[in-house]
Amino acid sequence: MKIYADNAATTRMSRTAIDAMIPYMEKVYGNPSSLYSIGQEAKEALDQAREQVAAVINADPKEILFTSGGSEADNQALRSAAAIGARKGKKHIISSAFEHHAILHTLNRLEKEGFEVTLLPVHEDGLVVPAELEAAIREDTCLVTIMTANNEIGTIQPIKEIGAICRSHGVLFHTDAVQAVGHLPIDVKEMQIDMLSASAHKFHGPKGVGFLYARKGIALTNLIEGGAQERGKRAGTENVPGIMSMAAALKEAADHMGENTEHQRALRDRLIQGLSEIPHSALNGDARKRLPGNVNFCFEGIEGESLLLLLDDKGISASSGSACTSGSLDPSHVLLAIGRVHDVAHGSLRLSLGEDITEEEVDYIIQSVKEVVEYLRSFSPVWRNLMAGKIPFIL
Amino acid sequence: MALYSEKVMDHFRNPRNVGVIEDANAIGEVGNAKCGDIMKMYLKIEDDIVEDVKFETFGCGSAIASSSMATELIKGKPLSEAMNLTNKAVTEALDGLPAYKLHCSVLAEEAIQSALEDYYSRYPEKRPADFVSRPAHDPHEIPEEE
Repeated sequence: MKIYADNAATTRMSRTAIDAMIPYMEKVYGNPSSLYSIGQEAKEALDQAREQVAAVINADPKEILFTSGGSEADNQALRSAAAIGARKGKKHIISSAFEHHAILHTLNRLEKEGFEVTLLPVHEDGLVVPAELEAAIREDTCLVTIMTANNEIGTIQPIKEIGAICRSHGVLFHTDAVQAVGHLPIDVKEMQIDMLSASAHKFHGPKGVGFLYARKGIALTNLIEGGAQERGKRAGTENVPGIMSMAAALKEAADHMGENTEHQRALRDRLIQGLSEIPHSALNGDARKRLPGNVNFCFEGIEGESLLLLLDDKGISASSGSACTSGSLDPSHVLLAIGRVHDVAHGSLRLSLGEDITEEEVDYIIQSVKEVVEYLRSFSPVWRNLMAGKIPFIL
Repeated sequence: MALYSEKVMDHFRNPRNVGVIEDANAIGEVGNAKCGDIMKMYLKIEDDIVEDVKFETFGCGSAIASSSMATELIKGKPLSEAMNLTNKAVTEALDGLPAYKLHCSVLAEEAIQSALEDYYSRYPEKRPADFVSRPAHDPHEIPEEE
């Protein structure tokens, strides 16, 4: 059996998304900035895509800026808010401890440039507490950036409450919604979101394309200078095939969101139930306020990379927050942020299910994980010490 | 190119000499769970020969493969060979490791050194005059590939 269970990393492109890009590679290949008809046709198609994307999040088409993906959108949103803040002498930014590195590393840069950053705790359940956010807002706060759903543990943040708090204090609110767009309903007006980042390949679109939503009136700072594309805010000939494909993928995801969510949630919970039977294991993040396809566990006494390699041998593609999979010595900052100690964070497993996951596949995953965990524990000196009572169990 | 060589994957999937020797006379343990790697080696030494060796490892694919290969390289060999086994020899026998995984092969070398230290502290009269076990490395100083 072959099961791709790493949809939080990337997704397989849908047939709709593939079909949508082909005409813009072989027939309507004109440059949207050109005056002749195949150029203008491409421009009209772009306008249509912009309308389609905007409609899904209840934005105005003029508020959508196409980018190369989520990281670029995150960088531009933060750079823009920082520049706006700096002009008013406001140089304080609030974020959370478990943001994506596209946010955290940009914040590190801004700190070096004189900004002050407050990272809110995310607690054991992996959730930002709105009251703690409100308490952290200062006179000089220029931006709050909190992700909609976490990429590792899938926890869904109280975005609407955060949006209301930020609006009432006159602070810009950005959300990295890369894991959420196409999977959760998002209404930027109702949620009072000022800026939002999204990436096409997380919802069955192509890699290398995404978008930034920025509410009307927010002055954006260019990351890429050049031509007047994207209303002068993002130079470079538009990735027309990619954008057309993204719009089609997003529309498809939005059209089927209800049924997909229901199906995925049921199987996610079955998977959580099954893996919970493994002794000395624990689900990471709140069990209910999480993405419909996300399952993330820690298993005591084993290391994540060997778990992944053996699951791969059984045809299952998954990921881990262990140090060995990150190429560094520290395990995932997300797991550390929710209070998992290094010893157990190394033994983590993320399974992010696709919309087409079946009950049979979930049962196969449960069986396989049980076997592999048991096998790795059979020659783990840590497990031996735990079982002998020489060291205490953490989970 | 795949992350690991075929040799590494073979020793990871089918590790040799896994387990415990109940009457081992040399036991070494290195690494810590915080860093994500612990290696434990059990040796049965008789007449200056490594008669038997087994290991237990908590760690990534290359840690398990390095343990397995290290046991293969010293099993049935004179003590002097075990003493002189280097991480480089383990890495070469595995057809190489990615640069950031070299510390796994260092752990294997150190686990054997730690076991020998244990052996000579049990039998100080057997300790060669020139044997000084190599101390465990700091995992934050990963050796560069040569």
